[in-house]
Amino acid sequence: MAWFKKRQRSEDESRGVPAHRKVALVGNPNVGKSVLFNALTGAYVTVSNYPGTSVEVSRGSALLGEETFEICDTPGMYALLPITEEERVAREILLVEAPDLVVHVLDARNLERMLAMTLQLIEADLPVILVVNIMDEAERMGLAIDIPLLRERLGIPVIGAATARKRGVTEIREAISGYDGVHQTPFRYGRRMEQDIAAVAGELKGEYRLSAKSLALLLLQRDEEVELLVRTTEGEGASRIEALVKEKIFQRRESFHLDLSLERKEIVHDLLDGVIRLPDKRRETFASRLSRLTVRPLTGVPILFVVLYFGLYQFVGKFGAGTLVDLIESQLFVARFNPWIIDLSRRTIPWEVIRELFVGEYGVITLGVRYAVGIILPIVATFFIFFSLLEDSGYFPRLALLVDRLFKRIGLTGRAVIPIVLGFGCDTMATMVTRTLETVRERIIATLLLALAIPCSAQLGVILALLSKTPGALLVWSVCLLLIFIVIGFLAARLIPGETPLFYMELPPLRLPQFRNVLTKTYTRMQWYFMEILPLFILASVLLWLGKITGFFEKLITWMTPVMASIGLPKETAVAFIFGFFRRDYGAAGLYDLQAKGLMTPRQLVVAAVTLTLFIPCIAQFLIMKKERGMGVAVSIGVFVSLFAYGSGWFLNRLLLVTGILA
Amino acid sequence: MKLSEKAEEILEALWIAVEEKGRGYLDIDSVGIAADDPAYAELTERAFIEVKSGSVYFRPEGKVEGRQTIRRHRLAERLMMDVLDIRGEDGDRKACQFEHLLNEGVDTKVCTMLNHPRTCPHGKEIPKGECCIEAERQGDMGVVPLTELKSNQEGEIAYIQTGDSKKMQKLMAMGVLPGNRILLLQTFPSYIFRVGFSEFAIDTQMAREIFVRR
Repeated sequence: MAWFKKRQRSEDESRGVPAHRKVALVGNPNVGKSVLFNALTGAYVTVSNYPGTSVEVSRGSALLGEETFEICDTPGMYALLPITEEERVAREILLVEAPDLVVHVLDARNLERMLAMTLQLIEADLPVILVVNIMDEAERMGLAIDIPLLRERLGIPVIGAATARKRGVTEIREAISGYDGVHQTPFRYGRRMEQDIAAVAGELKGEYRLSAKSLALLLLQRDEEVELLVRTTEGEGASRIEALVKEKIFQRRESFHLDLSLERKEIVHDLLDGVIRLPDKRRETFASRLSRLTVRPLTGVPILFVVLYFGLYQFVGKFGAGTLVDLIESQLFVARFNPWIIDLSRRTIPWEVIRELFVGEYGVITLGVRYAVGIILPIVATFFIFFSLLEDSGYFPRLALLVDRLFKRIGLTGRAVIPIVLGFGCDTMATMVTRTLETVRERIIATLLLALAIPCSAQLGVILALLSKTPGALLVWSVCLLLIFIVIGFLAARLIPGETPLFYMELPPLRLPQFRNVLTKTYTRMQWYFMEILPLFILASVLLWLGKITGFFEKLITWMTPVMASIGLPKETAVAFIFGFFRRDYGAAGLYDLQAKGLMTPRQLVVAAVTLTLFIPCIAQFLIMKKERGMGVAVSIGVFVSLFAYGSGWFLNRLLLVTGILA
Repeated sequence: MKLSEKAEEILEALWIAVEEKGRGYLDIDSVGIAADDPAYAELTERAFIEVKSGSVYFRPEGKVEGRQTIRRHRLAERLMMDVLDIRGEDGDRKACQFEHLLNEGVDTKVCTMLNHPRTCPHGKEIPKGECCIEAERQGDMGVVPLTELKSNQEGEIAYIQTGDSKKMQKLMAMGVLPGNRILLLQTFPSYIFRVGFSEFAIDTQMAREIFVRR
C-alpha cells in the first residue's frame, strides 16, 4: 500500500525521463504484474496475494539489452472493456498513451479463461508479448502447458514464467528488447459477428490508438468512454455510427456481450486444443484444505479469533506496544538518551529558550522524537508485519466473504474489510485504499467509519497500555467503540442514498508468505509512515513550544477548561487534546503521561480515551480525506466527528456517573 | 364455478394460519374482509369453510382448495419476479391480481415454465402440484439458480439472467459462461464456487442470477 510513494515516483519519472520506449504490463488482477514490474525495474511497488493491490499506475525504467525502457505497471483488468475505476485507469494507458509494447501477464492455471483478453489485445493491433505466469503452481497441480505450440498458434512471443521465483524473467527481458514487431491475427469470429464488426469499423474514419475492429467491438458493447472518444474524433459522422451501433445491438437484443464471450471462448478452446494437458484428478493440497477451513463459519470464525488474538493482541499489543515500547521508550529514551541529550544541551546551548525548544517539556527531541521513535514506531512496525503476513497469505479475500453479510448491514460489502482492517494500522493509508470500493456511497461510509470509530495502531497501542491497568476500563472503551461503529454504520447505510453494491471476489490460493516480501513491504510502509508523522510531531513540538513561551498555551488551556470540565475531565487533559489535534495517537500518548503521574480516575481515563479516539483524525488523514472525497465531504465528516466525539464524551461521563460503573 | 377473488383471499389467509402458523382457525378480524361479506357465504356454501363465533375453520375440501390457491398466489409472485422482473411492492400487487387467472391448467404451464419452483420470492414454500411431483419422479430438475444447488454439487452453467449488463460482464469475466462447469463449494455465509482452476465468492443476490443445469 505504498500508493503514496507510487504516485510521487510516477510524477518524478514523467518529468525527468526522456522519451524511452514504453512497455505496459497488463492482465487480470492478482497474476503477478507488480512482481514482474519489481523484477524488471529493480524498484519496489507493493505486492500481495489479493486481487486489487495496485490501484494506480506505477512507472519505472529498466535497462534491457542496451536500451532503457519505461515500464508501466497497471491495476488488474478482466477485459478490455472496463467496469471498475481501476480497470478504467489501466485501459487509459492502452487507449491514450500508446505503449510501444504490451506485456500481457496471465495465470497459467486459468489460461483458458484469461487468454480471451490476449485475443482482445491482439485484435486491437497492439504489439503483445504473452507471459504465462505462476507456472510453478500450475505444474504442482499437474497441469502441463506446451508453450512453443501456443507461441506458434498465437503468432506472438509467449514465455512461461514464475516471476515470484524469478523463473523466466531473463527470457521476458530478452523478449522485450528483441521484439521485432510482427504478429498476426490468426483468429476470426463467426460470419455474422465479423459482418457486424466490419459494418461499424468501416464507418470509423479517424486516427485511433486501437484498431478499428477493437473499437467497433467496444462500441457494440456500449463502452461509454469509447463512445465519447468516437464522438469527438468523428465529428459529423458520429451520429451515423451511433445509429448503426444501436441498430446492431437491437438486432441481438441483450445478448451481444454473451454472444461475443461465447465466440471468444470457442476460439480460445480451439487455440488451446493440445496446448494444455489437464491432470486426471484434481490434487487436493494442504493449502486448499486449509482454505476450506478458513471460509466455513464453524471453523472460520474460531480461526479468525486465533489470528486476531495472536496477531493483534499478542504480537502487536503485548510484544509491540508492551515489550518493544518499554525497551525503546523507557529503557533507551527516558533512562539513557534523554538525560544525555539534556545534559549535552546544557553544556552547549547557553539560551534557556532554545534549550526548551529541543529538550524541554515539549521539546522536539525529548518529546517529538521520543513519541515518534519510542512509542509509535514499534507499534506500527509490528502491526505492518502482521498485516503484510495476512495480505501475502491470501487471507483477506476469505475474511471478506466471511463478513460480507454483516457488512451489508452497515452499507458496505465484504470488500471493505481490507481498508477497515488496515485502518487499525493507519487510518490515513486506509482512507486511500477505500478507492478500491465500487461505489461512491461505499467509499463515503468507509471514510466516515475510519475517521470516527477505527483507532489506528499507534493509538490502539497507547490506549491498550493506558487502560489495561484499570480493570473494566478497557471493556467500557471497547464496547463504546464497537457500539458506535455499528450504530453509525447502520445509520449511514440508511441515510446515505444509493444501494449497497453486490459482492464478488476472486479467492486466490492460500500461499506461504515470502519472508523477504513481508520485510520489504513492511519497510516501505514504515518509511512512508515515518516520513508522514515525523514532520508533524516536530511541528507539534515547535507549536507547543511557541505556545508555551508566548503564554498562549496557558490561555488555551484556561479556555478549554470549562469544555473539559463539562465532560468531567481535569484541565490537564486539555494538553492531551491539543496534542490530539495533530495526531490522535500523540494525544493518547499525552494521556499516558498524565496517567503515569496519577492525575486521572478510571472514569476520567475512559471518557478521555473514548473522546480522543473518536475525535478529529490526524491532520494527514484529513488531508487525504479531502483529496479522495473532496472538500465538502471531508469538512462534513470532520465537523460531524468532532461534535459526535464531544457529545459521546459528555454522554459517557453522565452515564458512568449515574450508574457508578468504574467509580 | 370459479371462486370470487375475495373468497380466494380468505382461503389463502386461512391456509397460512392453519398450515404455516399451526393455528386451528383464523380470526375473522385479521382477514381484512368484513365478516358480513358475501365471500364467506360463498365459501360456506361450497363446504370449504365453517364460520363459528368470529373464527374461520377449514373443512377437508377447503384445505385442498386452499392449498391450490396459495400455490397459484406464490407461482404468480415468482412469475412477476423471475420472468417479468417486477419486484417489490409493485410485484406483490400485480401478483395478487394475476393469481386469479392461474387456474384451469394455466398454473401447471406456468409452474413448468418456471421449472417447478419450491419457494416464493419471500422464501415461503410453494405447495407442490401434480406437475412438480411428476417432474421429481422423472428426476428432471432442469435448470435452477445456483442458490438451489447444495454444497459440492456440480453443474453446467445454462445462462445468466440479469438486467444489469455490467454485472453480466463481471460474471462472464470471472468465467461464468454458459457451457462451463461450475462446482458449488459452499453456500453460507457467501456462495463460493469453482470454475476451471479459480475459486470465487459471491453474495446470494448474484448467485440467484446464475442458472445451472444439473
